[in-house]
Amino acid sequence: MFNPYLPYPVRIAEIITETEDKNLKTFKFVFLNPEDEEKFSYTPGQFAELSIAGKGEIPIGIASSPTEKGFILFTINKVGLVTNHLHAMKVGDIMGIRGPLGNWYPWELMEGKNVVIIGGGFAFTTLRSSIVYMLHPDNRLKFKEIHVIYGARSPGMLLYREELAAWERRDDIHMHITVDATKDPGWKYNVGFVPTITEKKAPQGDENTYGIICGPPIMIKFTQPVLDKLGYSHDHIIMSLENRMKCGIGMCGRCNIGKEFVCKDGPVFTLSQLSAMPKEY
Amino acid sequence: MKWIKIEKKDFNRGLSALAKAYRLLGPVKKEKAHAFEALNEGQTPDFDFFNTHLSPKFLVQPQSEILFEYSLDEGKEDHHILKEIQKDLLPRLVVGIRPCDAAALLLVRRNFDASKYRDPFWVGAYESLTLFGLACGAPCATCFCTTAGGGPFNEAGLDALLVDAGDYFLVRPITEKGEGALKTAGWENAVDEKTALDIVTLLKTAAESRITSTVETDHLKNQSTVALYDAPFWEDVSFSCINCGTCTYVCPTCWCFDIQDECFGYSGVRMRNWDSCMYPLFTLHGSGHNPRGTKLHRVRQRFMHKLKYYVDKYDDGIQCVGCGRCIQSCPVNIDIRKVCKLMNSHPDPSTVCPV
Repeated sequence: MFNPYLPYPVRIAEIITETEDKNLKTFKFVFLNPEDEEKFSYTPGQFAELSIAGKGEIPIGIASSPTEKGFILFTINKVGLVTNHLHAMKVGDIMGIRGPLGNWYPWELMEGKNVVIIGGGFAFTTLRSSIVYMLHPDNRLKFKEIHVIYGARSPGMLLYREELAAWERRDDIHMHITVDATKDPGWKYNVGFVPTITEKKAPQGDENTYGIICGPPIMIKFTQPVLDKLGYSHDHIIMSLENRMKCGIGMCGRCNIGKEFVCKDGPVFTLSQLSAMPKEY
Repeated sequence: MKWIKIEKKDFNRGLSALAKAYRLLGPVKKEKAHAFEALNEGQTPDFDFFNTHLSPKFLVQPQSEILFEYSLDEGKEDHHILKEIQKDLLPRLVVGIRPCDAAALLLVRRNFDASKYRDPFWVGAYESLTLFGLACGAPCATCFCTTAGGGPFNEAGLDALLVDAGDYFLVRPITEKGEGALKTAGWENAVDEKTALDIVTLLKTAAESRITSTVETDHLKNQSTVALYDAPFWEDVSFSCINCGTCTYVCPTCWCFDIQDECFGYSGVRMRNWDSCMYPLFTLHGSGHNPRGTKLHRVRQRFMHKLKYYVDKYDDGIQCVGCGRCIQSCPVNIDIRKVCKLMNSHPDPSTVCPV
């Protein structure tokens, strides 16, 4: 019987410090057994349990896109026992990955539509996966206009800065990068909170436009009324939730919101689905 | 419907025969209460009990269970790689499990043996079991199985049902597994069906009539989840709760667990332990945020899960078999029957006139 608790062994191939506070690092993992990479076939929006023998597991959104072969990426904030240990690990160290887990952004539904991505802080990981996926030559024609509104506290807190700059230069994606505040005279993008920039830059909502929002609760709280004003219906607003998890497969009982498990029935829900659920997240 | 008669004086001989093919488990009298334990050679299970203090769910989901092992010694080739361990899945036979506890395993099975994922540890342990149920002749005052989807003579989840008829047992084989085990025991004395059924029906009716305690569940499905969640009575229900978690540990249908790593020197294991929705750590985020940060949240979660979320998720009855253990063990007398009544009769806010 397939054992969903058994991680695939991986090696840390690269570690990139993403932010100026050094609390966010991107880890590139390579599967020890090449056949495991095929078994780990994922879709943007899914997550995995990163497993460190002797420490435990953490559920983290997959930051790489399935169009990127030979490795997988996770960007990890230093918070608790496992992430603190992980931040001290070195290239070449062995650990495990279990998944892919959960559902994904509704790619089939979004085909032929405009996609507006709204992200804040370090919740940009599965959004990076989504952007890389949509921009891939095999996929770009499947989507109409792509807008990205991404904000962080300061320029040094933005994730994937080189890629953001490269996307800025493209003409098939509208980038709206913003920071809460900056004294950097060389900063040539937006200044302001994500809800404000969304109000200014996001296209009007209609049948053919989907918004994907990921960010801290405070950002979501103030962005939602903006999207309402712009005319986004609640089944066109897509969100990804987080909760404490252990099993990741809907069995251990802790991550439920009402009858839905964030790990198995989520993490992706539409706003209209969320409004039928208790506000317990 | 086949019925077999076992004279009580022949019971031990059958058990000895079974002990050669299975590991036998049954209710045993301990200091204060009965418990399910392995039966030693020649040991007779003690059937003079109501419900065991702890449910036999630990036979399938042990309170603590090793899932994987690993080495942290970097000198070893496979260091830091989790390895599956050899699980002991030899056939086990439980004699004298109560129908409610067997039915509970069926409810829990939906969680562990689901369409997308199967939990190999739970499923493996469950499939290694053969369950000989013991019909309840004298239920407790806190039993309410008859309104919780079961009954004292319920056969769901059992491989055979034993009915105590005085000097002898009447046994009904339910599954092939059960039939095979009865053969192994040498219990093959089939009796006239009608006579057996007359006796069993009489005993069953008497047992059922002794269960006067009930729950009302008929409106739960139609209730709005959000309205129940926001109902004002949770403040009152949770007021006296001390979040001790006893209800979840004694409950045969509570399955929540935690996964932890434990190391000694270079060797380590990943294990899982019973956990409880009564504890704040159960849902605490790394950021410090806790979606179920107050005891009201946690008490509500336990009852909503059992009486509403489960009902909706599986489009079936409640996640409770009416064994009454939580009512007996709760140190502050929180009573699931009362909470169920509050939930079942909660008025739909849209139909209530504002005062």
